[in-house]
Amino acid sequence: MSILSLKNVSKSFGALTVTDDASFDVPQGQALGIIGPNGAGKSTLFNLITGNIRSDQGNIHFQGRDVTKVSAMERCLTGIGRSFQIPQPFEKLTVYENLLVAATHGRNLSERDVRDDCADVLERTELIKRANVPAGQLSLLERKRLELSRAMATQPKLLLLDEIAGGLTEGECQALIRTIQDIHAQGVTIIWIEHVLHALTSVVERLLVLDFGKVIGLGDPDEIMASKEVQEIYLGIEV
Amino acid sequence: MIWVDTIIQGILLGGLYALFASGLSLVFGIMRLVNLAHGDLIVMGAYLILVLVTLLGLSPFIAVFIAMPLMFALGWVLQKYLLNRTLGDDILPPLLVTFGLSIALQNALLEGFSADSQRLPTNALTTASVEAGPITLGVMPLLTFASAVLVIIGLNQLFYRTELGRAFRATSDDATTASLMGIKPANIFATATGIALVIVTIAALYLGLRANFDPNIGPARLIYAFEAVIIGGLGSLWGTLLGGIIIGVAQTVGAAINPEWQILAGHIAFLVVLLIRPRGLFPRAND
Repeated sequence: MSILSLKNVSKSFGALTVTDDASFDVPQGQALGIIGPNGAGKSTLFNLITGNIRSDQGNIHFQGRDVTKVSAMERCLTGIGRSFQIPQPFEKLTVYENLLVAATHGRNLSERDVRDDCADVLERTELIKRANVPAGQLSLLERKRLELSRAMATQPKLLLLDEIAGGLTEGECQALIRTIQDIHAQGVTIIWIEHVLHALTSVVERLLVLDFGKVIGLGDPDEIMASKEVQEIYLGIEV
Repeated sequence: MIWVDTIIQGILLGGLYALFASGLSLVFGIMRLVNLAHGDLIVMGAYLILVLVTLLGLSPFIAVFIAMPLMFALGWVLQKYLLNRTLGDDILPPLLVTFGLSIALQNALLEGFSADSQRLPTNALTTASVEAGPITLGVMPLLTFASAVLVIIGLNQLFYRTELGRAFRATSDDATTASLMGIKPANIFATATGIALVIVTIAALYLGLRANFDPNIGPARLIYAFEAVIIGGLGSLWGTLLGGIIIGVAQTVGAAINPEWQILAGHIAFLVVLLIRPRGLFPRAND
């Protein structure tokens, strides 16, 4: 069964078409990677899925329900969580408080009900030692981890990761990959936009290639990366 | 000894100014909204208590507890349906709208209550005093100061110990991201202004018991409140109390030297602090 399904979704800003007739399904529990050159419309696609922007045409179904016209907040409550390309923590709140805000409001529960879950998430994302530090004082890796933790705190069924590995050192990247693999192993469906290809391919089972808002490839990561069209468009290599 | 007495009276007066300022500080801290009608809202609160006292024959200390929820509701509606619409990247609209609100409130009060100065009825408690060694302290100033400290402790507890407080701080930090987490900034702001007007009501009680008031004294209260907030450093509540105390002490010392210097001395103290510490005594790290 597919948890998320997009059918002929299009979005334009003025004359610029940023999402062009996109259709694809994400099966429950799968990890899907999205690649494409800068400006291909990857983040826009995320915004359409989370409801931050509305599509001009087409339908989006989440868990069998048509959510095309549902608000971002309600989509969050039904189980779509995301991390941002540029980490946006509440800088003056502690790491733990950042999670509490996401968990209490994102799940509509009281603090008592989410306290343990939040501590669990921090344990899993290796931030537990920094729980009481204001988020403004975190390093880049820690910020990325917090971004991931905050999305996890809403207990999403579908987790959207936006370039979470960008800017990290190789060692940091490996550590983050392990955390994401761990989250994926627990059955959370993941859609991950990433330029760091080896990070992506070590987690995802399928790859989707976007170019000028169009889905130009979708399938097994190895096959996608081997295809001539993708190499030309995405990597700019003459083959 | 007269100087010790003067300074203690000034500190206690600072409690009143801190009460004026706490609501202003709260609203500014959460939504960067400068409410120019704050002083007039205090005066309106005093009239509301006066009406309750006159109509129901209550003691002002009881009437204030009826006025509080009414003022909370007023603040909530005011923020939700008027002031929220003015918030944005441009700081001018909230200034213009609250300035207009200030004028409208003054005129409405003038229309309803005339320009005659009023006072809340006093009783034995309000004129009582206690002896502390060689110094005599009025019970009212002591109560005012204690209320200011309690309000500030209460606000700090609210901010750092409750879910609502966390939502306040998260929204203040980044309203857009907060809304993605399921927080509704419009309601958070409305609640904050509601709470600010509850504090305004407490300030109004002591204003009305301590001195005469008429519809035109709001702007001067706003200035004292502003000065206290800025001396303390924007967003720091204990700083606001200290700011109130500095203005209070400056005023009583100024008045002791020459009664005409009371108000002037307060403003001079404010300017001196600004010269030495332009961002106030306890500025927040990144504002």
